[in-house]
Amino acid sequence: MPTSDYDPACLPDLLPLYYRRLFPFSQYYRWLSYGGVSKNYFQNREFSFTLKDDIYVRYQSFTTQNELEKEMQKMVPYKVDIGAVYSHRPSQHNAVKSGTFQALEKELVFDIDMTDYDDVRRCCSAADICSKCWTLMIIAIRILDRALREDFGFHHLLWVYSGRRGVHCWVCDDAARKLSVAARSAVAEYLSLVKGGEETLRKVVLSDPIHPFINHSLSVVERYFQQYAIVEQDILCSKESVDKVLALLPEDIKKDLTIYYQDEKNPMKRWDRLCALVEHKKSSIKKGGQYFDKEIMLQYCYPRLDVNVSKGVNHLLKSPFSVHPKTGRISVPIDLKELNTFDPFEVPTISLICEELERPRADEAEEDDVKDKENEQEAGERRRIRDYKRTSLAKYVKVFDRFLEAMARSWKGEMLKKSDLQKDF
Amino acid sequence: MQFSGRRKKLIGNFQNDLYDQCLQFYGQPPLENISLTEFETFAVERLKLLKTVENVGVSCVKNSEQYTKKLDAEISSLNFPHRGGISEYEKRRKDHISHFILRLAYCQTEDLRRWFIQQEMDLFRYRFNCLHSKHKTDFLHKNNLKYETVSAEEKKNLKDKLIASSYGLSGTKVEEHDVYKVPFQDALDLVRTRKVYLLAGNAYIPHHEIVTIVLNDFRTRLSKALAMTARSLPAVQSDERLQPLLSHLSHAYVGQDYSIQKNIGKISLEQIDALSGKSFPLCMRHLHKALRENHHLRHGGRMQYGLFLKGIGLTLEQALQFWRSEFVKGKVDADKFDKAYAYSVRHMFGKEGKRTDYTPYSCMKVILSNPPSQGDYHGCPFRHSDPELLKQKLQNYKVSPSGINQVCPTTSTHLTRFSTVCVKGFLKLNLVEDAGFSLNHPNQYFTESQKFLSGGRDIKKEVDMSQRSQENPASVTHPSQANSKQAHEEMGDLDSFFQDE
Repeated sequence: MPTSDYDPACLPDLLPLYYRRLFPFSQYYRWLSYGGVSKNYFQNREFSFTLKDDIYVRYQSFTTQNELEKEMQKMVPYKVDIGAVYSHRPSQHNAVKSGTFQALEKELVFDIDMTDYDDVRRCCSAADICSKCWTLMIIAIRILDRALREDFGFHHLLWVYSGRRGVHCWVCDDAARKLSVAARSAVAEYLSLVKGGEETLRKVVLSDPIHPFINHSLSVVERYFQQYAIVEQDILCSKESVDKVLALLPEDIKKDLTIYYQDEKNPMKRWDRLCALVEHKKSSIKKGGQYFDKEIMLQYCYPRLDVNVSKGVNHLLKSPFSVHPKTGRISVPIDLKELNTFDPFEVPTISLICEELERPRADEAEEDDVKDKENEQEAGERRRIRDYKRTSLAKYVKVFDRFLEAMARSWKGEMLKKSDLQKDF
Repeated sequence: MQFSGRRKKLIGNFQNDLYDQCLQFYGQPPLENISLTEFETFAVERLKLLKTVENVGVSCVKNSEQYTKKLDAEISSLNFPHRGGISEYEKRRKDHISHFILRLAYCQTEDLRRWFIQQEMDLFRYRFNCLHSKHKTDFLHKNNLKYETVSAEEKKNLKDKLIASSYGLSGTKVEEHDVYKVPFQDALDLVRTRKVYLLAGNAYIPHHEIVTIVLNDFRTRLSKALAMTARSLPAVQSDERLQPLLSHLSHAYVGQDYSIQKNIGKISLEQIDALSGKSFPLCMRHLHKALRENHHLRHGGRMQYGLFLKGIGLTLEQALQFWRSEFVKGKVDADKFDKAYAYSVRHMFGKEGKRTDYTPYSCMKVILSNPPSQGDYHGCPFRHSDPELLKQKLQNYKVSPSGINQVCPTTSTHLTRFSTVCVKGFLKLNLVEDAGFSLNHPNQYFTESQKFLSGGRDIKKEVDMSQRSQENPASVTHPSQANSKQAHEEMGDLDSFFQDE
């Protein structure tokens, strides 16, 4: 069993092991240094830790990978967040003249949280998720990934499972990291289609002409809608959920459907009738298009993102490979090539991987002893590299490696450009 | 031979090159020497132009025919570059220099910067829109704006997507006019509202929208430049020749100063009560009411109100009679008045001391100088009254809540907007959508109100007119059924706001 029965009470014992032998520090450091193209990029980065008993500390910063490791192993944070790259070392921010300590750059981030869909999902609510509503995350990732790449021209996106009820996206392109607050907010607004809170019934309103972005998003939603919404979520079954759908339609269509649904109980047929009526109405009205059916699909499926998370340059977001204290799951990168088969319930927990670590591997034992005698420090690292490879964490670190390799190619280009400018050969 | 020929050509062209474009981004400061007179004249004239830009922007719909006509007229009369005429060198030089001088005056505070940037942007937008399409493209290229035009082939491929993304874009427009490719970071307003097509990080902007992008660029540059100017300002201000002019400029009121009254003696004292209800701006109504109630006003109030009354046409004798009759009802006897207060009234009229004929205060002066304290009634109620107190006062005058919200400024209201808020009262009272003026001066309010109520006729007939205006606002400039109905609903409550109780 994947979870191996995680118990939050064990965290104080498991975390030290995790940070000593499993956390992929060298890849992590490589990521946040961004190839050393900008000086002090890693040193000026803010981290925040949530320690035992909910003690929260901000403005943590480190000068080397080694220092990062030592500190994390010493403090054993329950949660790790990543913040912005500042003008000075965050750990020394009090020594800096007030007003001059500023957040300069940060990845463009998005946070999709399942609780934001509570008004349209029937299978779960609040912090729970299941395989049925997980489809919403798949839809969100597909839509946003396409838009960020094709519309905005970004290349280096890291999608991460948050560990419980959502996903995060880290856009790591140089251009993305340099975006202003206004630009981040504009990108988030561009990507937002579902608007309104509790009081708003109709949260999506479309009008002619339909922007190409909306069309692209619709084609993704349409691929999943019937299976997800009609079959699995059963939105046209019970009176309560049917009423919710009907509330989004104009009076005449509503009336027609109420009568039709008295006899017709098959949800698929009910949906077909709804679409047919909308289509008919559209063709009979001269002015503009009426897109009620599409609006319904979008309201039930389109990604809901929190603009505030994306807007701030100094906003702190949960770090990849952080542990989720409630579920024990590691925040792992998601391989988009395998998105359809990604199962959040298969994501390893800290208890699982610690257990896997303890399992003896007879074949390796001799080889290790010989190599270890050569160089202690190297041995430590090698051991750690071997360590995570023995666990279920391995495949997720590979995803991270591939992501880093792609970025590294762009860093090389940057360094060449820089050295050309400085005439360093 | 060829050599000297070329050199001559260069010199000849230098002048042309420097100001070869009607419009500019003001990237480079002027490098020549100019006289102090030119310095002052240029600055004042540009300020007049910017004030006109502001006024016209408030009273007309931007880019309407009326707007264009008014702004054109002002630009011509002040001798600024117009629509790319041939002999525009002098005008463009003035444009260039005057802009930089005003930067010095307007870089100092957040409020001043904001005002300056707003008017310069509006002026720039107007002048850019006046350019021929070809000149627009020239301008972009000359200023290194990395806005490539999209090739015909790419346009064809993307035609449907472009039409589906941009407002007001048809197939023919796409074919005939340029479409620009701009990094999305430079087109945030269009991106945010999804009003533009995005591909690979570029926004595809149709020709008619490019001005918005250019304006953003202009604003960013000017904003940065002003911040830099502010830092080097101390050095400039230490020059004694410039310092007085610069500080004067940023507070300058450049409209009519009402020092020369056109209507001396045309107002009788009996009319003042009625006039205060109909044609006084709120500040003067307050002062008048306070004077009537308390039979006294302190110095600040006497100055502000007294000069205003002079501006509307009271003679010295009338003023003396007015103030004496009121003060005597209070704690001051006639003797004391003649000894203590009459002097200051005569002083106001330039009959004492330095014999300076003081001019009535402009709104800017009322708002910026001498804030009122406890026991004072002067100042601008929209600026100086505690917002809650102002709301309460308006509630006591039975103004409807929506009326109050319209008339009460928010805490972040910019300096010049207090005048605009005051005008709103005028609009409500007279059932007009367009006041036809932008308020800068309390006496201006009075004059405009009088003009309006009398349908442009003489002030003497005011009393009769004020009756007529209540029955049927036939002389309303822009009535419309829907508007009068809506305004009428609010007018019922606001009317009492402006009446004497």
